[in-house]
Amino acid sequence: MADQALRKPPLGRSHGGSAGARVTPAAPATRLSLRAGADAIGTLSLAFGLELPQRPKTSASVGGRHALWLGPDEWLLIDETGADLMGIAAGVSALHSATDVSHRNVGITVSGPDAGAAIASACPLDLNNGAFPVGAAARTVLGKIEIVLLRTGEEDYRVECWRSFSPYAFGLLSEGAEDAGL
Amino acid sequence: MLLIYCPYCEEERSELEFRHGGDAHIARPTNIADVTDEAFEEYFFLRDNPKGLIFERWRHIHGCGRFFNAARDTVSDKFYLTYKAGEPKPVIPGVSPATEKTVETYEATEGTAK
Ligand SMILES: [Zn+2]
Repeated sequence: MADQALRKPPLGRSHGGSAGARVTPAAPATRLSLRAGADAIGTLSLAFGLELPQRPKTSASVGGRHALWLGPDEWLLIDETGADLMGIAAGVSALHSATDVSHRNVGITVSGPDAGAAIASACPLDLNNGAFPVGAAARTVLGKIEIVLLRTGEEDYRVECWRSFSPYAFGLLSEGAEDAGL
Repeated sequence: MLLIYCPYCEEERSELEFRHGGDAHIARPTNIADVTDEAFEEYFFLRDNPKGLIFERWRHIHGCGRFFNAARDTVSDKFYLTYKAGEPKPVIPGVSPATEKTVETYEATEGTAK
C-alpha cells in the first residue's frame, strides 16, 4: 500500500493531434484569478513585474509569466515557472482580489500550421492574424465548455480549461486537429 | 451565427458567448418594503413582451463577463445597438417603440381561421 498520495496530472502524458497540429498537455503552472480597480493596476503591475493589460483581448508576458485581460477589471495570471503568485499578491496593499486557481485550470498547447484551424473547429472566435494576433487572449467557448485562449506564437496557442473538462477539451482539439489536416 | 457587439470588448462576438438577461431599465422601488403586493408584482414579474423594439440586458458571460444593454427587434432578432450598463435608453433613429396596438392576439389573427 502506498504511504503517500501521488499527484496525478489530469491529462497524464496524453498526446494527440495530427501532423499539422500537435495537442499536448501544458506543464503544471501557478495561476491567479485577479480582480482590481483602475487605481490598483499600477501597484499590482509593479509587484508582478509585468504591465497588466488594459485593452480587450490583450496580454502581457515576461519570463514565463503571463497576464491575460479577461474583463475590464479581471485578469488571469499564469506562471509557467511555478512562482508563488499568491505570495506576491499578499504583499500588495492596494485593494484587489486574488484567488489561487492553479489547480482549477488545465493548460493544453496546440502547435503547428493547422493549430488555428484545429481550435476554430469548435471555437467561434475570429483567429485571423488581424483579429487575434500573437499575444491576443480571450475568454470564449470551445464546443460546450468555456475556455481561455492565448496565442503564444504564430502557430502556437494555449488553451486553458477547467480541470474536469480537460479530457473533453483535449479530445475535441485532437479531433479538430485531425479534421484540419483533411 | 448571430454576432453581438459587446461594448466592453469593443467588437462583435458570437452569440454563443452571451446570455440573455431580461428587460433593461427596470427601476427597483426605493421603498421596496413599503410598496403594496400589487406594486411589487408589477415591478418583479410583469413585463410587456412587445412585438418590435425592446431594450434588454445581456451578459457577455463567456467573454468579459459584463452585463450591458441592447436594443433589439423581437421579430427579426436584429440588434440595433448595444450600450454599457448605466447609460440612458438610447433613441433608435427611424424605429419607434412598440405600442400595445402592435400586439396581435390569437383571436385577432387566427380567430376566423377555419
Ligand atoms: Zn465583452
